Amino acid sequence: MTTTTTPVDAAEPRDDAPTRTTGIAAPKWYAPGPLLRTYGPLVAIGVLALVLLVWAPNSLTAFRLGNLGKYCAWAIAAVGIGLAWGRGGMLVMGQGVFFGLGGYAMAMHMKLEAAGPDGVPDFMTLYGNGTMPGWWEPFRSGPFTIFAIVALPAVVSFLLGYAILKRRVKGAYFAILTQALAVAFSTLLIATIKQTGGFNGLNTFTTFFGQNVYDPNFKKNLYMIAAGLVIVCLVVVWQLYRSRFGELLVATRDAEERIRFLGYDPANIKLVAFVVAAVMASIGGAMFAPIAGIISPSNVDAAASIMLLAGVALGGRASLLGPALGAIAVGYGQSALSEQFPTQWTYFQGALFIFVVLLLPGGIASLWPKLKERWPTRSARDEVAAPDAEVPA
Amino acid sequence: MDALTTPFLTGTATGAILLLAALGLSLTFGQMGVINMANGEFLMAGAYAAYVTQQVITSTGISILVAIPVAFLIAGLLGLLLEVSVIQWMYRRPLDTLLVTVGVALVLQQLAKDLFGAQGDPVRPPTWLRGSISVFGYAWPHRQLFTIILAVASLVALNAVLKYSSFGRQIRATVQNRDLAETLGVSTRNVDRITFFLGSGLAGVGGVAIAMISGTNPTLGTTYIIPAFLVVVAGGVGQLKGTVIAAWVVGVVTAYLTDWTSGSMAQVLTFALVVVFLQVRPQGLFTVRTRSLA
Repeated sequence: MTTTTTPVDAAEPRDDAPTRTTGIAAPKWYAPGPLLRTYGPLVAIGVLALVLLVWAPNSLTAFRLGNLGKYCAWAIAAVGIGLAWGRGGMLVMGQGVFFGLGGYAMAMHMKLEAAGPDGVPDFMTLYGNGTMPGWWEPFRSGPFTIFAIVALPAVVSFLLGYAILKRRVKGAYFAILTQALAVAFSTLLIATIKQTGGFNGLNTFTTFFGQNVYDPNFKKNLYMIAAGLVIVCLVVVWQLYRSRFGELLVATRDAEERIRFLGYDPANIKLVAFVVAAVMASIGGAMFAPIAGIISPSNVDAAASIMLLAGVALGGRASLLGPALGAIAVGYGQSALSEQFPTQWTYFQGALFIFVVLLLPGGIASLWPKLKERWPTRSARDEVAAPDAEVPA
Repeated sequence: MDALTTPFLTGTATGAILLLAALGLSLTFGQMGVINMANGEFLMAGAYAAYVTQQVITSTGISILVAIPVAFLIAGLLGLLLEVSVIQWMYRRPLDTLLVTVGVALVLQQLAKDLFGAQGDPVRPPTWLRGSISVFGYAWPHRQLFTIILAVASLVALNAVLKYSSFGRQIRATVQNRDLAETLGVSTRNVDRITFFLGSGLAGVGGVAIAMISGTNPTLGTTYIIPAFLVVVAGGVGQLKGTVIAAWVVGVVTAYLTDWTSGSMAQVLTFALVVVFLQVRPQGLFTVRTRSLA
């Protein structure tokens, strides 16, 4: 299967084209000023940081802030999906697995904290004979848990990615395999009620690294951590996108064979993006568990993974801020609409997928350049006039 | 003996259902590069078609015979509708069809919940399907045998259509080289539509078999869609024999693994085995050899 270039995807890389001087005369569309080109996205991230870290905690109620914290957890995972799918062209349909690895690792630590030293989590005595499986033991340690939240998804995604990508399995096959992984993972969780809490998942936490999770001040701090991590992840991908790696990733997405002929191994490039995306999903999950107060198979299964994709698709998969904003918007929409129309929510969800992907494949982010075309500024006129701006049919 | 024959027989029956679900996927993927995630919902539509037919025709013996063509038509028309309304606009973006059809699957599931209730309804099998035959001492339900016969019959019919009808020749031509087929006067647009109709219809027939075994359920599509895709991935696209062998193997292997470990562990292990298998044959079991690089 050949990678088909959509008009939007093709147009996208221009937006943050490298500004490094390469000795070649810069194309005309650099004209708007290299400084703004380079650091404009950073300003946008800064504005988002102000909204999330200054405005929101001061103006939202504790309940709304808690919800926003949940959306931020999804947004962290969504930023990773933007990297793997938007820039890397890998449709990752199983990010719930990595979200779950992080979420469960954190939840296990909190369960053990609640159980006290040498204690056993309550559900194990409830459903089992009160003995704790050995692999729970290391999660008593806070530092190990944090290490595991990063290392576990990295190892799993590396092994899976290596096995699949190195054999040049790609496109739809890759997507299906990641979704199959999500299905297998959630079924396994549901079946192991004595070890992982089964369908109920892990819930009723009391403390998070010694802090009382019911303390309103601490809840706010927890939100601040999640929102801060969204910003950190955005800065990380911003740097990745403008690096040589970011260029290679987009090039691999658009013409994998050419990259291979140029002497690179596309599998390695994609593997890095896949692993980074997995780690981000895991961090998102690790923030989700304490904020939501629960992590269960329904937060990590195939449907949850697809919800993450919906946000990314809506916001704009290949844009910098689109995935995060889209995830927050979909999270908000889900709470708002499912409260009002509990049964019709699924229709909205389905319709969202159909209309966004069918009519607006670049997401809302792709509307921006179109707006600029309609009210051409000097720089935008240059852009339209530039031969590079030609959009393939 | 029982421990060996039972999983083999039940696994073969599961494989037969997987085959009916996977044939449509494999056809449309091989020909158009389209991944239809709503194919599981066509199974569901077939199962509900069997249920509704039974409400209209109360005689179980006649209703099942009516249900098979009805399910084929209903699921097929749903597939055709999907192709005409959504998928035909997306042939340039095959990966995106995956997402769009996920949305369609969600809508269809919710529609089934609203129309028939979230609970699922039993479908009474006719008397001649209620017994069992003894195979090496294992009482093998007639229903499973029926599933296999249904799948084999559909396969033979599909194979005959592809091999001997002029229309089947057009399908094969389109699969092998779309541009060249078009040059020779084949309307590939029509071929695409009819392939979609056939593939979805076959899933509908699979739905009837599922209804006989476990009744209807709005979410039954989600149970089968991923194994069916694993079958397509492992079997390779463009040829029927790969799908047939892979469906049978996946069905039987999953049954044995379920017997030895548990249902959920078997899913994980089957997934792992497919990934391992792809190390050996990344293109699947059989594939149409081309000179393309991708």
